[in-house]
Formats: sequence, structure tokens, C-alpha cells
Amino acid sequence: MGESEGAMPINYYIVLALALFTIGIVGVLTRRNAIIVFMCIELMLNSVNLLLVAFSKMQPAKDAALTVAGTDGQLFVFFIMVVAAAEVSVGLAIIVMMYRNIHSVDINFLNRLKH
Amino acid sequence: MGITQILFWILTVAALFSAIMVISSKNPVHSVLWLVAAFFTISGHYILLNAQFLAIVNIIVYAGAIMVLFLFVIMLMNLNKSTEPLKNRWLQIVGIVSGGCLLLVLVAALKNTEVSKNMAEMGTGEAGLIKTLGRELFTTFVVPFEISSILFLSAMVGAVVIGKK
Amino acid sequence: MKIELILIPLLPLVGFLLNGLLRNYLSKGLVGIIGSGSILGSFILSVIVFMQIKAGNTAIVEYFNFIKAGSLHIPFAFQADQLTSIFLLIITGVGFLIHVYSTSYMHEEEPHHFARYFAYLNLFVFSMLLLVMGANFVIMFIGWEGVGLCSYLLIGYWFKNKDYTKAASKAFIMNRIGDLAFLIALFMLISKLGSVTFSEIFTTEALAKLSGFDITVITTLLFVGATGKSAQIPLYTWLPDAMAGPTPVSALIHAATMVTAGIYMIARSNLMYSMAPGTLNCIAIIGVATALLAASIALKQNDIKKVLAYSTVSQLGYMFLALGTGAYVAAVFHVMTHAFFKALLFLGSGSVIHAMGGEQDMRKMGGLSKYMKITNITFLLGCLAIAGIPGFSGFFSKDEILAGAFATSPVLYALGLIGALMTAFYMFRLYATTFKGRFRGTHEQEHHLHESPAAITIPLIVLAILSVIGGYIGIPEFLMHGAHSLKEFLQPVFAQSYAILPTHEVSHSTEWMLTGISSLLIIIMVVLAWTRFSKKPDIEDAKGFGKLLQDKWYVDEIYHSIIIKPLNAISAFFNNVFEKNIIDGIVNGVGRLVNYGGRQLRWLQSGQTGAYILMMVVSVLLVFVLQFFMRK
Repeated sequence: MGESEGAMPINYYIVLALALFTIGIVGVLTRRNAIIVFMCIELMLNSVNLLLVAFSKMQPAKDAALTVAGTDGQLFVFFIMVVAAAEVSVGLAIIVMMYRNIHSVDINFLNRLKH
Repeated sequence: MGITQILFWILTVAALFSAIMVISSKNPVHSVLWLVAAFFTISGHYILLNAQFLAIVNIIVYAGAIMVLFLFVIMLMNLNKSTEPLKNRWLQIVGIVSGGCLLLVLVAALKNTEVSKNMAEMGTGEAGLIKTLGRELFTTFVVPFEISSILFLSAMVGAVVIGKK
Repeated sequence: MKIELILIPLLPLVGFLLNGLLRNYLSKGLVGIIGSGSILGSFILSVIVFMQIKAGNTAIVEYFNFIKAGSLHIPFAFQADQLTSIFLLIITGVGFLIHVYSTSYMHEEEPHHFARYFAYLNLFVFSMLLLVMGANFVIMFIGWEGVGLCSYLLIGYWFKNKDYTKAASKAFIMNRIGDLAFLIALFMLISKLGSVTFSEIFTTEALAKLSGFDITVITTLLFVGATGKSAQIPLYTWLPDAMAGPTPVSALIHAATMVTAGIYMIARSNLMYSMAPGTLNCIAIIGVATALLAASIALKQNDIKKVLAYSTVSQLGYMFLALGTGAYVAAVFHVMTHAFFKALLFLGSGSVIHAMGGEQDMRKMGGLSKYMKITNITFLLGCLAIAGIPGFSGFFSKDEILAGAFATSPVLYALGLIGALMTAFYMFRLYATTFKGRFRGTHEQEHHLHESPAAITIPLIVLAILSVIGGYIGIPEFLMHGAHSLKEFLQPVFAQSYAILPTHEVSHSTEWMLTGISSLLIIIMVVLAWTRFSKKPDIEDAKGFGKLLQDKWYVDEIYHSIIIKPLNAISAFFNNVFEKNIIDGIVNGVGRLVNYGGRQLRWLQSGQTGAYILMMVVSVLLVFVLQFFMRK
């Protein structure tokens, strides 16, 4: 480990992912536009994806038996993307409907769970 | 400091900057574009980590499909003007402060963990190659894969039903 | 033996259930037959058991496990020994006569009330039988509570009269005070000895495990229980009020059951009491004090039943005097003779009241001997017996008690003798006022006067015969050597106590002298009362000291002002101050707090997504910080 070019300390990635995640949270907390909030959630999902990929590369790949080690983690990322795509389609449909009903995408108007 | 490290730092800075721009732009369209940029930087990180398949998929699905969907919605509803009323300033400050605290605490917690001493292999290994992933996906993970297609179907139906009302 | 023993209490229980459950369907005749028949059956079985015990077959029969908890084992068991068999005979024998008497006395009641009455009577006898047959304190306690309940039910039998129900409540509450002490004693026995079975705890070895202090406390508590049930100072006031019940009930309570429970319990625990001389002295003093107090009150009462009631209290005092001086046999002997003559007197007074159409005031009677021959003669025999005229049963038992008292302390003897003289005086005041002189009632009453029917007179005759001859089973040593058959019979029960108690032998010549003096004085008293009251009964209300006696030394009033009033005041205080301010305050305060808290917490549920997410973030922060500190 730590040899040569081909390695980065894992905690760099962790800190990067945490920073992206926190930026997403701050976005959710400070913005009122439902679409922006939604985008921040996507950002948070991506930070998690990045972290998963980084972790999947944590094992040394020199060992022949471990060439495919970390595949699981990357497939997990793949499935997260699948779910995110489905989520976005439904979520955007909801936002469109909300806009049609109340002519706004301000989440502060969504405080009653009815209409 | 080799080329990998230099690229890592460039990509990191770009990712953070575009992420911040996502939440600070007044215009939603700009936000979307900055988010696409952020996704591109993340895809760059994937390539650095030799996760080629994910890098491509990230660009196609996220930057290509999902973000275009966002853009469509914004354009269709004519939201590209910065019409958003300002949130309570105190609430904004509280949001930023608490987010900063969270980052601080998480990073501090990381300091004491064992995992932070490990290294991530860059540019090596076959795990991220399409061949390896494809074999795994269609053998071990074939059932979740098929189930995810049902998920897509239901999401599609749901979106159509909700959007038609 | 096993079958007979369980059947003895079971028959009255069956009678109770039949009469109680079918009271709306049975005719009066059938009710009387069931009620009396069940007691008669018990009596016959009691005689059989008595014969077997006389032949030397005492037994302890276990039927089933009643309570089994850890090391504590309480079986449902009956004990049949000499003491029990004597009480069985008294209870069922006298009880049967009272039942027969009741069929006639209560004949004017409605059929279902009549059945209710007999159901209660049977339950009463059942409880009393349980009390004397139980082989441990718990079974005894069931009977003990049972008689308390039945006395309440029977005293308040005419429940439409408020005063009567109050008298019933009074009896019940007074009994409860004693029962509490009894229960505490029971718990102490369980905790100290781990057993309540008589045969296990009443051995010298088992009791040696108790410290002297423990024995004194337990015996004192049991004695407090006995003062409640057997109407001793300070808990005697319920007994005179118990006259509210029908007269046969008074006879049953006073003669055969209930009040003898305390005597029985102490006689049963004689070994324990013999090991606590302090308690014995206390019992003797309370006994003689009760005897004197009640006798003095009886001197000035005008209600025929009240006189008899105070006489019962007084006689019970004698029994406790006997117990206190260690003369256990004398106490049991007096229980027996007292059962005969007191039942006779009560039933006789019932016959008189019946003839007078419910009138109980002696001042309105007089000269009844002309109209009621049998009642007159039997009542006179009863009076002679209770007064202690030589030859009658009361003479033997009372004399034995006084002799025992003299052996312990001449002072006790002197006080006891004064009480006996008062007894003779008030009994013949009662007799002379009621049966002699001229009739002082109304004309209708005079016209109505008649002798009672056979169902009333036959029990009177039987009891009169028993009152006369009942004493001859206990002829004292100095009159005839070895003729005290009761003493011999009861010898095994009290043998262990006699080994412990110091014996005071009184020489035969002293006893002759004592008996002579007491007999002479008693006869003088009888003559005095007879001559005075047959000519000029005191119709006027008494004045001065007599008024004090007539008003029963104002004991009820004293209790009222020193116990009931402060209790009421405390209750009122708690009701007005504690209840309203503190309890209500707490309850309302909780409600108000929840309301307030809810209103204050409502802003957390704003419906604003941002606020929720903020809270989530803050919570995550807190969790991390907390973990950070916990690890340190």
C-alpha cells in the first residue's frame, strides 16, 4: 500500500463525499424551490455513490484471486442509479402536478399533506 | 505528486465548486447545468478509480437522462426566472451552520476510525470493467436486475398516471 | 371419624344453601324442618364424635391443601379433641333448641324473610362449627370472620329499622377492630414459627423458639381479638346493642356461639398463654373489670333484654377471669353452664316479649307468673342458676372460678364476689319486676297475655333441666372426691399448661369457708331483691349514681367523643383540604401540564419539510456528539 502513483488515501474520498453530502443537505435546508431541493437529493445520492466506488477499490488488486473484488460495491451503485432514475421520474411528475394545482413549486406550500 | 494526484485534486475542487454553485444559483436552469457539471466531475473520479462502466452510466443516466428531464420540467413550467421568494434569513443561516457542524462532526468522527488508514487503488483492478460487471450482473445479481425492470415499469406507469391528472 | 367430622359443619351449610337459595319457593314448615333438622343432624353426629373421643380417639383429619406457599403449608383440617367436642355439643345442642324455638317465635314473618332468617342461623352455626373444629388458626379465622358476618346479618335482620342496622354495623365494626389484632397475631405466628397448625405450634419445643416478648405480643394481640368477639372492655359496647336482633338470635349469640369464640380461642392456645404470665394477669384484670362494670350497669337497666345482655358481658368477664387465673377448665365449665342458663333466660324473655306483644320494658310488666306458668318456673330456675344458688349449675362453675381467683389473688376473689352478688341482685330484680307484683301494662296487653306454644315451652323446659343438673359434671374436689368428670375429661388438653403454671393449692377448709360465705351472701341478695322489687318496682327514672349506671357509665358517649368525633374531624379535614387541594391539584395539574406541553411542542409539527430535515440533521449531530462523549 501507499506504493507509487496508483493509490490515494481513502479518507480523501471520504471527506470529499462528506462535503458533497453536506452541501446537498445545506441546499435542502436553505432552498424553497422544490426542484432545487430535488436536485440536492440527487447530489447526495451521487456522493454516496462516489464513496461506494472508492470503497470498492480499497482491496489490493494484485492478488489474482481478488481481481473481481469490489464488483459488488459497483453493482450496488448501479442499482442506486436505477432506483434514482425511477424516483426522479415519479418525483418530477409529482412536482408537475403540484405546479398545476397551486401554481408554485414552493415547498412551504406543501405543509398540509392535502389539497 | 504524480499525474493521478494532480487530476484527483483538480476534479475534487471542480466537484465541490459546482456543487456549491448548484445550491447558490438563483436561476434553476443554472443550477441544473452546474449539477451536470458536478456529475461530470464525479464521473471523472470514477474513471480515476478505473470504474469505467459506472463512469459511462453516470454520464448517460444522470447527466444525460435525468438532468434533461429536470431541464424539461423547468422549461415547461417556465421557472427559469429567479422567482423564488427568499427564505427566512435566520433559517438559512441555521441551515448552513448546522450543515457545517455536521460536516465537522463527521470528519472528526472519521479521524478515529481504522478504515481511514487504508488506501484506494487507482487505475488498477478489473472490478470496474464492463466485462466483469456484466458477468456478475447476469449471474449472481440477475434477480435484482429483473426486479429493477419491474420497478422501472411501475415508476413509468406512476409518472404517467400522476402527470395525466 | 373423617366422614362424621366433615358432615358436622356441612349439614348446616347445606341447610343455609337450601334455605337461602330457595327462600321464595319453600313453605315455612319446610324451612323450619330444613333449618332445625340440619342442626339436629349435626348434634347427633356431635354426640357420636363425643363418644368416640371419650373412648380416647382424638383425631386430626386433613381434607385437602388449603394454602401451600413455599415452606408455609396450611391444610384444610379438622381437629377433634376433648375441648372441641364439648363446644360441638354446646353449639349444636343449644343451637338446635334455639332453632326449634325460632320456628314458633318468628312465625309471623313473611315466608321468604322467614327462610332468610333460618339461612342466616344455619350459616351462623356453620361458621361457629368451623371456628371450633379448625385444626389451625386460618380455618379458625374463617369461622371467626363468619360469625362476625352472621352477627351483622342477624342483628340487622329487621333492616328497615335504621337503628337496628346501625347496631348491626356497630357490632361488625367493633368485631373488625378485634379481628385486625387477631390477623396481626396470625401473621406474627407465620413469620416467627412458619406454621399456624395447633398441633405443631402448641408444643413446648416450638414455643421455646419464640422470645418472651414475642409470646407476650402474640398473646396480647390474640386477646384483643378475643375482647372484640367476646365483648370485653374496651370493645364490649356492641353486645348490648346487639339486642336489636330477634330474641332467639340474642340467645344464639350470647349463649351458644360467637361470644364464646374468644374463650375457646384462648383455651385452645392455653399453652402459649401459660408461657406469658403478663398477658394472663392482663386478662384476669380485664375480665374482672368487665364483670364488675357490666354488672353495675345491669343493676339499673329497665329493658329486659338489656339486663340480660349486660349480664352476658359480666359472665364473659368471669370466664376471662378464669382464663387469666389459669383455671382453664373452670372457664370451659362456665361456658357450658352459661350456655344453658343464658339461652334459657333469653328464650324465656322472648316468651315474655311474645306474650306482651313486643313490649320489652320491665316497668310495664309485672305479675306475669299468673298467666305464664311454664315460662315463670323455667325463668326462675334460670335465675337461680345464674345467681349461683347452691345445687344449681351456675353455683358449681362460678364457685370454681372464684376459688381459682382466690388462689391467685384475694383481691380478684373479692371483686369477683362483689360481681356475683350484683348478679344475684339484678337477676332477681328482673325476675321480681317481671313476674311478681301486679300487672302494669295496658288492658289490651293484659287481655292478650297467654302461655306460649309448645315449640317455645319445650326448649325452655329442656334448657331448665340442663340448667339445674348441668353443674353436676363438675362437682368440686372438696365436696366429693374425684367427681369432677369434666376436669378429667379435659385433662389432656390442658396437661402441658398445668406443667408450667404455678399451682396454688387451696386447702379444703378454706374452700368450704369461701363457698359458705359466697352462698350466704348471694341468698341474702336474692331475698333482698325479691322482697324489694316484687312489692315496689322502681318505675321512676333513676337519679344521681343510679342515673350514671342507667346511662351505662356514658361509655358510648365517651367513645363517641374521643374516637368518632376526632376521626370525623380528620376525615372532614382530608376531604376539604387534602382531597380538594392536593389530590385534585395533582390530577388537574397533570392535565394542565400536558395541555401546556402540547401547545408548546406544537410548533415542532409545523408541516414544513425544511424544519423536519433541520431537526433530523441536528439529531444526527447530537447522536454523534453523544457517542463521542460516551466513548471517553
